[in-house]
Amino acid sequence: MNWAWLHKLASPPHAYRIAGNLVPWFAWPAGVLLVLGLYGGLVLAPPDYLQGDAFRIVYVHAPAAWLSMAAYATMAVAAAIGLVWRIKLAHAAAAAAAPIGASFTVLALATGAIWGKPTWGTWWVWDARLTSELILLFLYAGVMALRGSIDDRDRADRASAVLAIVGVVNLPIIHYSVYWWNTLHQPSTLTKIAKPSMAGDMLWPLLTMMLAFTLFFAVVLLVRLRAEILQRERNASWLRMELAR
Amino acid sequence: MSRTSFSAAAILVFRRDLLLAQRHWGQVAQPLVFFLMVTTLFPLALSPELAELRRIGPGILWVAALLASLLGLELLFRSDHVDGTLEQMLLAGQPLSLLALAKGVAHWTTCGLPLVLLSPFVATGLGVPFGAMATVMLSLALGTGILSALGAIGSALTLGLRRGSLLLGLLVLPLAMPALIFGARAVDLAIHGDSPRGPLLLLTAMLVLAVTLAPPAIAAALRISAE
Amino acid sequence: MQAAHFSRISAKGIEVWRGDRRVLAGVSLEAAAGECVHILGPNGSGKTTLLRVVAGLLSPEAGRIECNGQDTRSDRDAWCGSFAYLAHSDGLKPELSARENLAFETGLRRVVRGGEVETALADLGIAHALDRPAATLSAGQRRRVAFARVMLADAPLWLLDEPYTNLDRDGSVLVSAIIGRHLDRGGAALIAAHQPPAIPGHRTRSLELAA
Repeated sequence: MNWAWLHKLASPPHAYRIAGNLVPWFAWPAGVLLVLGLYGGLVLAPPDYLQGDAFRIVYVHAPAAWLSMAAYATMAVAAAIGLVWRIKLAHAAAAAAAPIGASFTVLALATGAIWGKPTWGTWWVWDARLTSELILLFLYAGVMALRGSIDDRDRADRASAVLAIVGVVNLPIIHYSVYWWNTLHQPSTLTKIAKPSMAGDMLWPLLTMMLAFTLFFAVVLLVRLRAEILQRERNASWLRMELAR
Repeated sequence: MSRTSFSAAAILVFRRDLLLAQRHWGQVAQPLVFFLMVTTLFPLALSPELAELRRIGPGILWVAALLASLLGLELLFRSDHVDGTLEQMLLAGQPLSLLALAKGVAHWTTCGLPLVLLSPFVATGLGVPFGAMATVMLSLALGTGILSALGAIGSALTLGLRRGSLLLGLLVLPLAMPALIFGARAVDLAIHGDSPRGPLLLLTAMLVLAVTLAPPAIAAALRISAE
Repeated sequence: MQAAHFSRISAKGIEVWRGDRRVLAGVSLEAAAGECVHILGPNGSGKTTLLRVVAGLLSPEAGRIECNGQDTRSDRDAWCGSFAYLAHSDGLKPELSARENLAFETGLRRVVRGGEVETALADLGIAHALDRPAATLSAGQRRRVAFARVMLADAPLWLLDEPYTNLDRDGSVLVSAIIGRHLDRGGAALIAAHQPPAIPGHRTRSLELAA
């Protein structure tokens, strides 16, 4: 099989152009689905019989949590590709993905807290999922801090790649441990964020929001990837010609 | 001229590190003193009542051991990196993951093991009954082993960086949280007279995983840092 | 002994970048058995970088290193056995004696026979330093101990980065003589140094790197 097209993709000028062309193809559907999902979730869906209108935050919380993990996986896969096949662009993608994933994690934590307030009266509980998200935030912080502390870009790329891979291997272990830990201590006053059992009316906006968030992630990733390429290649001749266009 | 075998090389590294620790035993003692001091902070901050301390004893013990082990990780690669002997080890033509494993085991022997031996005394100060001591020591032995393995990866990644020790904590602590959960739980069960088998077995599994997967990661990190 | 199998080392088109700066631009060199290449250039021209690329510590952006026609990256551990590297730093633990340092570092590569360490140190005029901690030695004495490690490695190719640093005149003469004997036995040497090494009985080729 001819891998030339893949090599072409890994070259910064081509990646820069292709990423730029792809952005509108992801951005428009993301916007439409976002509006659709929000309307469906906030307006159309009936209130939950237990939690009333408070449950609607799930339409932001669940996609944010899902994306926070998907982004980490994306970062780890890109890092692994960069490390094994020594493709600089993959490292650029990993660098681009990290802050996006961290932001989704913060969003998941914040929406989790907002959900908690009307449900149990406090802004924070050591619920399994929230604690797990918090530890995920620490992992992101570690990768970004490591990358930021190393001046030499190649060493920074490869070191944070190793850390990202170590983190992704540990993620299931951490997840399982935290869930197990949470089941041990179940005083009656503490309840988990119960995902309300979803009827069809409630479900389709959720799926729509999931898809919208995923597309949004793709858009931001592509834009940040272009910015990373700009920064890494700033002295390259192809860039000067490209910007002159 | 015969090439040194892998095992002989690993033993050489192990013995050298023990010899170095022996000549520097003051440095080796620092994490132990830190362990003692951190545990002392809690009665001072909370209450001198042993009954109260016993409730949170497992947690205090484990958090203090974790932080003390972090401190001890400084000794693992840093000095070898600074005086250039690490580079020579990279060029010795021996599998680097094996040498890294040997260094990790030596580090645990000089850092983790003393902590384990000190732990019954510290645990007594926290009101832990005598019957739970075996669990305390076993769980800490496994936990410090896991931490040596994970910490070695962090140590290798942050070689030569300014404020590397602070960064090391940031990198290693999230990875150590599962061990903390099960280790403290094991001690808690033992204090209440229940069997700590479940958490201890899980800790053992985590240690096996760490010892198997960490050395290649450490080797990769060392090569990256040496560039 | 490995020198019998070593015939030539070559570096082709080595390119190394550090961030935005190109440190080495398409550098090539060759050394056959019995030859010595002197790498020179102003500070920052990449002498140390080139030696590190040959040693496999650093991966170049482009180019390859070949030993006897074979790419050294194909079997890194075997390649490591074919050369001995003297870095800028001495690579000695200050708390260990010369004997302990050398026994360890040589022992990692090959089985050390009795008396070898003593002989090597005596050849370099520092037999008295055998059992003193390396921290108590002077900089020049430490450099000689580091050079003894290169001698003991029993490798056909010597990569020497500023071997004459801190050495007095006697030390420099000794080191040059030992390099000369190494070349006589069919070994090769790549030496990065500010001054041209004066190896008795051998003419060194020069490779000049631009800043």
